[in-house]
This record gives sequence, structure tokens and C-alpha cells, in this order.
Amino acid sequence: MTSLLIKGASLLGGEAADVYVEDGLIRSVGPFSGTAETVDADGLVLLPGLVDLHTHLREPGREDAETVLTGSQAAAAGGYTSVLAMANTTPVTDTAEAAERVLDLGRAAGLVDVQPVGAVTKGLAGEELAELGLMARSRARVRVFSDDGKCVADPRVMRRALEYVKAFGGVVSQHSQDPALAPYGSACCHEGQLSGELGLPGWPSVAEETIVARDVMLARHTGSRVHVAHVSTAGSVEVVRWAKAQGIAVTAEVTPHHLLLTTDLLSGYDPTYKVNPPLRPAEDVEALRAALADGTIDAVATDHAPHARHDKEHAFVDAAFGMLGLETALPVVATVMVESGLLDWAGVARVMSVNPAAIAGLDRHGRPLAEGEPANLTLVDPSASYVVDREASLSLSRNNPWHGRTVTGRVVGTFLRGRRTFGS
Amino acid sequence: MKKHLLSIDDVTAGDIDALFETAAEMHDVQRRAVKKLPALRGRTVINLFFEDSTRTRSSFEIAGKWLSADVINLSAKGSSTSKGESLRDTVRTVTAMGIDGLVMRHSASGAAQQVSEWIDVPVINAGDGTHEHPTQALLDAYTLSRRLGPLEGRHVAIVGDLTHSRVFRSNVKSLTKLGARVTVVAPPTLMPSGIGTWSEEAGFETSYDLDAVLQGEHGTVDAVMMLRVQRERMSGGYFPSAREYTVGYGLTRDRLRCLAAGTPILHPGPMNRGLEISADAADAVDSVVLDQVSAGVAVRMAVLYHLLAGEDSQ
Repeated sequence: MTSLLIKGASLLGGEAADVYVEDGLIRSVGPFSGTAETVDADGLVLLPGLVDLHTHLREPGREDAETVLTGSQAAAAGGYTSVLAMANTTPVTDTAEAAERVLDLGRAAGLVDVQPVGAVTKGLAGEELAELGLMARSRARVRVFSDDGKCVADPRVMRRALEYVKAFGGVVSQHSQDPALAPYGSACCHEGQLSGELGLPGWPSVAEETIVARDVMLARHTGSRVHVAHVSTAGSVEVVRWAKAQGIAVTAEVTPHHLLLTTDLLSGYDPTYKVNPPLRPAEDVEALRAALADGTIDAVATDHAPHARHDKEHAFVDAAFGMLGLETALPVVATVMVESGLLDWAGVARVMSVNPAAIAGLDRHGRPLAEGEPANLTLVDPSASYVVDREASLSLSRNNPWHGRTVTGRVVGTFLRGRRTFGS
Repeated sequence: MKKHLLSIDDVTAGDIDALFETAAEMHDVQRRAVKKLPALRGRTVINLFFEDSTRTRSSFEIAGKWLSADVINLSAKGSSTSKGESLRDTVRTVTAMGIDGLVMRHSASGAAQQVSEWIDVPVINAGDGTHEHPTQALLDAYTLSRRLGPLEGRHVAIVGDLTHSRVFRSNVKSLTKLGARVTVVAPPTLMPSGIGTWSEEAGFETSYDLDAVLQGEHGTVDAVMMLRVQRERMSGGYFPSAREYTVGYGLTRDRLRCLAAGTPILHPGPMNRGLEISADAADAVDSVVLDQVSAGVAVRMAVLYHLLAGEDSQ
């Protein structure tokens, strides 16, 4: 069977060792004297394969923007060995059959473990629960449920969803955004001075914060687990910090773009920067970084949202929401968090692999770099600086907000169960 | 001047003076029996309107025609966009016909700026969503300066739905650029987000109290600009009733008495008589509403002339 020696990599940024892999498992960590196909990893950092809690793969429905295959290629290039595919496809992943289809497309692509997320409500309409239990019992073993793109705004529906998924250890990942607080239903950016000057309808931060506050209280009431998707404001961070201190079962994720990009990028009305939740002011960005460093925020998730070019070439309010993220997440986190000393590489492994795997209930990902563990691994060159080029992307789409930016920290190899899925 | 007129940010005080000088000449032409000038003969201007407009479109059309340009009106409302065509494709298609200038109105803020990055010909913003309406602000300032002389040190009150007003956003820029003082008045729900810091940075004042402003709390008022209030804002919960709005923020007969004689009253139209402006105010001797309309043609002629009649004939 296949065997591989990753020679001299720094484990989680600590001491260097040889990692010997055979039949998809790590067989030994330490000096290795046998013969095997060898990857010279001198100067490289070895991490457990990254896990993305929040990916939009667009298939079925918008195969012109991304497919499970191209999204998997982009994920592998970004160092991911597992991604959770959001449910807002066409049709919506709100049945066992739809979930199994996504699972099978992922297996056929064979580059990352594609784990379907199930919709909370039928058709993402926010009214009736989708068949959560049947999705959980399906071959896809769905455990994360989300209407992402839309908020489960009705408190009665949210309460029932939280209660119901307890039966099979599920979690509801909430897109926290009260639609009633968006002006005439067309909010497209952060509500603040800039939106006032630009004449753009915005979401106030409080539209996110009130839902986060409500949901943690619902989680306490129901004794359930809630996950806050793409936290974007300092106020939400405060609520999550308080809730954790009370022992409420809440976890939270932040995107790479909310860790670096700010709302002032919208001054030229470039829809590349149109994303939901919106880019926020610098004070929020600072609070999110601090919260990721101190553990209030558990995970980094990309919210990789590919869009066909023409869907971004409308007037700003009409253009599609979202930006690419899979290939740039690790370099952005390395640049923002590691270079600044807010996180070490063990911390990166925690927020990009260990914690997301635990939140999603993936027991073969986010594991220690130790004998007997699955060989889902990512190799990073921590000192490689490069300029992001959107044309170099493996995604089918080009809505890349990082184009032209210099980042430090490059994924040079990804291994899924010991098989190389990226790098040479 | 810059290639495009997308925002008042695109013109300097010097540019505005030059435009007003040209506008004054055009204004004289307007009174002649034969009004056509040959300045833009052979040039083609498209009025591309993604949003309904009667007065602004007609004003640009007359301005172009009096300069001898070929003016084509294209209503794009609900045409291509509803079929899913991207804005970029729509404007590139129109431009490919061989036009020399694009006058554009769109219901989306920023649309004119986005379009200017996709095509080569000058773009004139005839109103983009709730962002800007630069030719309206220029014609307002022109009208005011005809009445008041130089605007340096003059104090203008702008009253009404600031949140949804492109007229306000352009006017506050042009008036402060010309050295005027501006106080904007609205209930808190119709003040744009972040206006506190914005007004400090941009150098204008804000108030919730129209009576105090008219009575001189922020300095003697030299001109009052009333903004249109759309009745559908009530369903958005911005204010409880038309009656309450009028009591708080309408230019009523009583408030008219607070104004010194010779204080111009402006309104960009169309007016909601009885809501934001009483008939007494709309028809007062100091109402310059119709002067604004006639100045609109002259100012738009000046803008078209400066942007399209450049020495490098296109």
C-alpha cells in the first residue's frame, strides 16, 4: 500500500520530526530509518489537515460558479482536508437524498471530505423544519444544520430546531442577522458613516448582535448547542464571551476577511467587497482578532462564496454577496494572527482544524499528529511571501478580494488519508 | 475638469465658477427666439434612464438639443436588467453604438461610478439612488447665487428626508465647497447613519428642530431648501403620519413668517404640497422653484459643453 515520509517538518511549529505515513495513517513520529517516498519538509510547518465549517460549493444549481470538484480542488490547494458544504444550493440541501448527493459528489472528486450541511428549514424559508432527522440518519450523517444566507429569524422555529437536533448530537449554525432591522430589505453593507455618505442601505451591527443574544438564551433554555456563523461585530463577541462564561454551549467562527478587510473598501462601490455579513469598521476587526486569540471565537471558517463574474457586474445593491476564501484562508490567518504574535502555529491548528472538526462532529479530522491517527495533513511554508493572483485560482470564480495583496505563509502540500491532494 | 461628473467631489470650486460662467451665457441664449448653438453638432448623447424621471430627463434632452447634439432617450427601466443582463453588459452595449457621452440615472447608489469604470466616454450622473445628483446641486447653487450673490458665508437650511436624498448629499458638498454654511434638519429617523461624525468632518450642522433653525439658533437663515418626502416612508416607520411630519418639518404658513423677505425657498420637485411645503410657501414671491427648473437647462448645457466639447474632438 501507499507509504510516505514527511521528513523534518516542524510539528505545529514546534520541534522537527519525521512523520511516516502508511495506509492512510500516521505510523510513526520521530526519526525514521526505512525507505519510503520522501517529502523534504525542512523549514516547513506540519499541521493537521484544515477543516472548513463554511463553504459554498454551488453544486447543484450554479455549476458555472463552482462545482464540488473545482471547490474541492481549491480547498485542497488551501490546505483543507474537509469542508462543510452549505445547504443554499438549488435545490436546497433539505432532504436526505440531497445530502447524500453532495456527499457522493465529494467522494467522486476525492480531494477533500465533503460533509454536507443540512438546511434548518424547508427551502430555507424559515418556516417549517426540514427533515433534520432523516438527514442525520442518511449516509451523509448530517450533524450541522444551517439556513446560511438567511437567518432563522422566527424565535419559535429556532427554538424547535435547537431542541430537535439534540436527539442526534446536531448543532444549528446560525446566520445571525435580524431581517427586520435591515432598511427596506435591501441592506448591502455595514450601516455607519460610510453607508450614510454613500447612500447605501446598511445592516446595523445590532441586527447581528440581537440575534446572537437571543440564540444564546435559547440555547441555555433548551440545553442545546448553537454555533454562531461568521461573527462580525465587537458586540457579538461580547455576547459570546458572556455566554461562554455562563456555561452556555455556544461556539463561534470568524472569516479571514472579517479579520483583515474593513468597510472603507466600499468607498468605490466595488462589488468584490460586497459580502454578508458585511465588512465592518477597524474596531470590530480588532475585537475579532483578540477574540480569536483568547478562544472566545473557536474557529476560522472561510464562507468561500464563488460567483460568476456577471453576478458581480451589477450595481452594488444588486450584485451578489460573497467572496472567495478557500485558497487564501491560511495565508491570511498566518499574516494577521501569526506574524503579529496573536497565535502560534499550534493555535492555527486549533482554530482551523481541531475546533472546527469538533464542532462539526468529524472524528477523523482535526486529530493530533501522533501514531495511529489519520494522515490528514497540511504542510505550510511559514516564511513564503507572495502576491495573491486571482487568475491563479483553482476556483471557477474570480471574486477574490485578496487579489494583489501580499501574504506570508503558503500551503505547499495537502494530504488526505496519506494521499497527496495538493503540491508536488 | 475631470472626464466624468459622477459626484460633486469631481469638481473644484474653480470648476463650479467656470460652469456658472458658461451657464450664465447659456441662460441668455434660453431667452432668444432661436436657441440652438452649434457647440455639440455631430455629437451623440444618450440619456440612459434606469429609473423614471420626467423633469431631469427633459432638462438634459433640451440642454443637449440646444447645443445641437443628437440626443437619444433610452429608458432601461425593467428592460435588460429584468432579463438578467448585467449592468456592465447593458452600458457597454449602448456605448458600442458609438456615442460621445452618457447621461445616466439609476436607482442604485454608485451605479454611475461603476459604469464610468467600464466604458470610455464621459458619464454624467443624473442621479444614482440615494447617493448624489450633482447637476441638481449645481443648478441649486447657481439659482441661489443669482439671488444672493456669492455664497461665501451664506447660511442654507436643508430640510427633509436626508436619509433617502441624493439632492441633500450633493448639495451639502457643493454649498460647503462654495463657502456657504449648511444646517440640515430632519427627524432622527430620517438622518443618515453616522451623520454626527460625518457633519463634523465635512463642516456642516444638524438639527432636529426646524423652528429653532428658522428662528436663527444656528445663525440667520439666508435660504431654505425643502426636500421631497415620499409618502411610502411612512410604511417604513420613519414617521407616524403625514400630519405629524408637517407639524414638525413642513414649511407651513406660520414658519414662512419666520423668514426674512428675500429668503429664497428651493425645492427640487416634485413637490408634495401640504406635506413638506405649504401652498403659501410654494407660491411665495421668494419661491425659486421655477427658477431652479430654468437654471437646470442652462447648467446642464454648461456641463455638457465642458465635458463633451473638448478640443480633442471625439
